[in-house]
Amino acid sequence: MLLYLVRRVLYAIPIALAVGLVCFMLVQIAPGDPINAIVPADAPQEVVEQVRRDYGLDKPLPVQFGLWLMKVVQGDLGRSLATGRPVTADLVSAVGNTLTLALVAAGIGFVMGSLLGTVAAVFRGSLLDKAAIGLAAAGVSVPHYWLGMVLVVLFSVTLNWLPAMGAGPGGSGAWAWDWEHAKFLVLPAVTLSVIPMGIVTRTVRGVVAELLNQDFVTTLRGKGLRRGGIALHVLKNAAPSVLAVMGLQLGYLMGGSILVETVFSWPGTGFLLNSAIFQRDLPVLQGTILVLAIFFVALNLVVDLVQTALDPRIRRA
Amino acid sequence: MTEPLVRVRDLEVRFVTRDATVHAVNGVSFDLAERESLCILGESGSGKSVTLRALMGLNPPRRTKLSGAVRVGGHNIIAASERRMADIRGSTVSMIFQEPMTALDPVFTIGRQIAETVMRHEGLSRAAADARALELLELVQIPSAKRRLAAYPHELSGGLRQRAMIAIALSCRPKLLLADEPTTALDATVQIQILLLLRRLQQEMGMGVIFVTHDLGVAGEIADRVAVMYAGKFIEEGPVRGLMRGPLHPYAQGLLGATVHSGMRGERLTTIPGAPPNLERVPKGCAFAPRCAFVEEACLPEVPAFRGPVPGHAARCVRVPQAA
Repeated sequence: MLLYLVRRVLYAIPIALAVGLVCFMLVQIAPGDPINAIVPADAPQEVVEQVRRDYGLDKPLPVQFGLWLMKVVQGDLGRSLATGRPVTADLVSAVGNTLTLALVAAGIGFVMGSLLGTVAAVFRGSLLDKAAIGLAAAGVSVPHYWLGMVLVVLFSVTLNWLPAMGAGPGGSGAWAWDWEHAKFLVLPAVTLSVIPMGIVTRTVRGVVAELLNQDFVTTLRGKGLRRGGIALHVLKNAAPSVLAVMGLQLGYLMGGSILVETVFSWPGTGFLLNSAIFQRDLPVLQGTILVLAIFFVALNLVVDLVQTALDPRIRRA
Repeated sequence: MTEPLVRVRDLEVRFVTRDATVHAVNGVSFDLAERESLCILGESGSGKSVTLRALMGLNPPRRTKLSGAVRVGGHNIIAASERRMADIRGSTVSMIFQEPMTALDPVFTIGRQIAETVMRHEGLSRAAADARALELLELVQIPSAKRRLAAYPHELSGGLRQRAMIAIALSCRPKLLLADEPTTALDATVQIQILLLLRRLQQEMGMGVIFVTHDLGVAGEIADRVAVMYAGKFIEEGPVRGLMRGPLHPYAQGLLGATVHSGMRGERLTTIPGAPPNLERVPKGCAFAPRCAFVEEACLPEVPAFRGPVPGHAARCVRVPQAA
């Protein structure tokens, strides 16, 4: 098992490198010269060349990549073209905010989805099942920026219970775990949780329903196990496939939803990406995409490891 | 007179769905004494597995309609609540299934799957249950049993898996063992080993055994008595030797004629023409009449009663002579 773990971590390294290369190339391929974003359009040619040299943009691409990679490994993602602040610092606070939002939304979505899915599978064909499927379908299909706005209209504008935007009182970006801050989290988290809830509901329902039809469940009943005992077996069998879906969903949530974060002015990665794109702020764009992609790789690694720990049949590979 | 281990009277099992009602078992009655072994023979769909499952209330609860009387070890199975059934299952009566690959939970070790049954019924500690699991694996002759306790089902061969299945079934020393085609999914050589093992365990532990199979060889190897099932009814019942040598019912004759055995090289294999009836409607007379070469007027108005030339061997056929 330990050997497997080490091997999987080693496998992740070339993937991370490839991700870095793609991030780097993305900017090179994108139309438009970043120099244009820095210097005024009427700047003389020497100034343009000077800036090009200062930013290292005159060197051959492989050298640029190598230099960039060296800095990235040391945690230096460069400076924002728009603000001049170090990208890493902005990114750390944005990732922190998105992580808070993503984890809470995932928590809501996964718990609700698991419950709804299990109930639907156990009472398959009943009214409860149909209600759960309906809810899941609605969750996946409703555009969540629209849902966000509806929630704002209802809970902020009409009822005045919850704040409509921001991540803390007085527009502060610093997060703290108290009700004053948590109030700001409720609406975006609920909005974001709806899609993972729908997907997890459908997955859990499918997996559990299929498991309940398996021969071994009859064996368990034949052994005299009660509902609780059987549930334990079904749970352990269902966990690997359900976790895989959850991992993927958590990955999407970590990416931060540009739309939801924009609707709620939530200072996370989605928000950051959005402004970086409009300002052609390449270092911010590169850094954000890189960090998110690494997150995804790491998350997949964790899901793989947990799956392997739970299902003895995978270990052979 | 003391009550037999199993007493079944007029058992009917119907599966009700929105589209149709399937009459899977249509009036089965039999007794099984302690230490006795009965083999139920029949084609797929004849209702033999359903009968077996009805003995421990394992048919899908929501769709199944049961009627008649079923008593096992003094418990009224038809009336028992699901809670009560859970106490009876695994302790008084347990079952071995056909497919050892799918009948074991793939993500739990063999040892755990045996131990949890013991812990459930006998309230043993984890350590004591593990010790019992080891004894049981040795009882069913699994080589290097200690190592196999920690094995997962996919790490064992089919034969070993079926042995593990038997160990689970026997873990709480049941009085009645039900076996649903326990050797069908195995290689021929492994089949014999499993059958010999089952026969030895039955004698050592003094269990009653009910076997379901479509394999006549299995029936001959294990059973004291054989019942032949067709369209949800027993159509012939008798001691194994008498029934195998001189089947009375034309269907039983056909079934025996359709098997390959030694000394028939060059002879033609016979088959039974036609197919078993659709059980969405119960046939009125003898269910085999449409396929029977000897059908006559008397077969059609009602199901023939059991008639037998010798005590203990009888068939539902109008052509069988009735002993005085």
